[in-house]
Amino acid sequence: MLAYTLKRLLVAIPTLLGVLTIVFFLVRVAPGDPAIVILGENATQVAIDQLREQLGLNKPLMEQYFSFIGAIAQGDFGRSMISNQPVLTEVLRVLPYTLELTAASLIIGIVLGLPLGVIAARYRNTWIDFSIRFFSLLGLSFPAFISAILLLLAFAIELRWFPVIGEAAYADPVQRLRALILPSLNLGLIMVAYITRVTRSSMLTVISEDYIRTARAKGVPARMVIWRHTLRNALIPIVTVIGLYLGVLIGNSVLTEMVFNRPGLGKLIVIALNARDYTTLQAMLVIYAFFIVLANLITDLLYGVIDPKVRHQ
Amino acid sequence: MSDTLNSPLQPVLSVENITTEFRINGAWHPAVRDLSFSVKPNETLAIVGESGCGKSITALSVMRLISKTQGRISSGSIRLQGRDLLACSEREMEAIRGDAMSMIFQEPMTSLNPVMTIGDQIAESLRYHRGLSRRQANARALELLELVKIPSAPSRFKDYPHQFSGGMRQRVMIAMALACDPQLLLADEPTTALDVTIQVQILALLAELKERTGMAMVFITHNLGVVASIADRVAVMYGGRIIEEAPVEQLFDRPTHPYTEALLRSMPRVDRDRSELHPIPGQVPPITVRTPGCRYADRCPLRIERCIREVPPLAPVGGNPHHTARCWVRADLPVQESIAS
Repeated sequence: MLAYTLKRLLVAIPTLLGVLTIVFFLVRVAPGDPAIVILGENATQVAIDQLREQLGLNKPLMEQYFSFIGAIAQGDFGRSMISNQPVLTEVLRVLPYTLELTAASLIIGIVLGLPLGVIAARYRNTWIDFSIRFFSLLGLSFPAFISAILLLLAFAIELRWFPVIGEAAYADPVQRLRALILPSLNLGLIMVAYITRVTRSSMLTVISEDYIRTARAKGVPARMVIWRHTLRNALIPIVTVIGLYLGVLIGNSVLTEMVFNRPGLGKLIVIALNARDYTTLQAMLVIYAFFIVLANLITDLLYGVIDPKVRHQ
Repeated sequence: MSDTLNSPLQPVLSVENITTEFRINGAWHPAVRDLSFSVKPNETLAIVGESGCGKSITALSVMRLISKTQGRISSGSIRLQGRDLLACSEREMEAIRGDAMSMIFQEPMTSLNPVMTIGDQIAESLRYHRGLSRRQANARALELLELVKIPSAPSRFKDYPHQFSGGMRQRVMIAMALACDPQLLLADEPTTALDVTIQVQILALLAELKERTGMAMVFITHNLGVVASIADRVAVMYGGRIIEEAPVEQLFDRPTHPYTEALLRSMPRVDRDRSELHPIPGQVPPITVRTPGCRYADRCPLRIERCIREVPPLAPVGGNPHHTARCWVRADLPVQESIAS
């Protein structure tokens, strides 16, 4: 398992490096001089030259590339073009909010989605299965921003159980938790829908395997056949989908953070986009890529935990 | 081989007139028809037939492992030591499976759970059926691994199925099946997926364990060579019915049903030239095809008009009550009966 972990870690490094390279050239290949884009068509040549100097745009491309990689390796993502603050400081300030939102929706997704999928598979083609499938389809077809508005209308405005907008109250841990519930439900319920569907289909594939028949022939009680023999084997595709869905979750968190007016990476990136804050955007791309690579790494490591065959490779 | 044919022992398993049907495109089609047989303690009954003749379905019916959504046992009775299995609830069946009777399967490569250790898989049934603690169950599971002659068993206890060869996995399957000392073992082509040398070893192991425990065994195979080496009695199946049943020597000496005869002729033998191999022309009719008469009729060289109209009953052959066949032409059937209709 240790060798497997190290191997996975090593593979992650070139992936990250590749992402950095693509981000670097993407920004350079984009039409127009960034300095002109930033300062506008009417800027004076002096101002433009000054900015180019400041951004390092007047140096040879390869030198720019290596200093870019070098800086990021040291955790220096540059300064925001708007606030002139180090981008990393900005990111680190809002990161906990996005992380707690992602973690909470992931937990909701797994805690509800896994058992629902298992139950749907166990009672397949009964009304239990049909209703679970109906609601998961509903969850999949709802756009995140619509469900967010509906949740706000119902629980924050009508029932007044939760704050509508909670940024001011984040200092108090209880208030912060209350402000987390609706947004994480919004993202979590979509997650439930995804996990339910993949769990159901994966369970149904495994149920027809020979070794499940063996387990029944041994007299293993039906409940244990499902939870002990089938689910563990069904986990690989489920973990894969959760890993992949983390990317979707990040995308949806942009919408959720906007609607609920929560601080977070999603909101930061929208603000940076509107303000054409290129250094921040570039840094955010790298940070998102980092999280996706991390999610893939965790997925790979979980494969090893679940499947002894992977572990022994 | 043991001399149990004439012993007064009560059968461990007696199956009477069971019909197992499957639902295909909304209609029920029988895969096993009006099937009866029994096995006594320390006796091996081989069920022989081509693929699709219903032999595996027979074993799964006895285990009550036919999927409820696709199949059903629509009539007959299955008694295990006098207990009517068809009247048992699913929960009662769970207590019987793996305890009083167990089953081993054809595919050792896919029949073991890939994410559980070998030791856990054997210990599992001991914990459910005997209520042993994890420690006691593990100790007994280790004994079982040694019983089925897994080399250096203690070090392999925590291994996973993919670390075992096919033959070794089948030994593990046997250890699992024998964990609770069953009175009946159903072996569904346990050696078919193995190469010949391993096949011989597994057969020897099964014979030895049967002798030691005195359990009854139903051995399902399509391989008549295997039958000769392990069985006391043989039932030949075709199209969901037993078409001939006899003590093993008698079946080989005097195959009576034309299908049995053809099956023996199609078997490769070391002492004969390959050119003497005679494959059976035609195919097994699919279960969706309904025929009023003998299901072998359209492949049979001895076919008479009655074969197409009417299913022959199992009748004694040459006055021997232990040798029966389902054939209008060959079995001892009174002549006037054939004119009756």
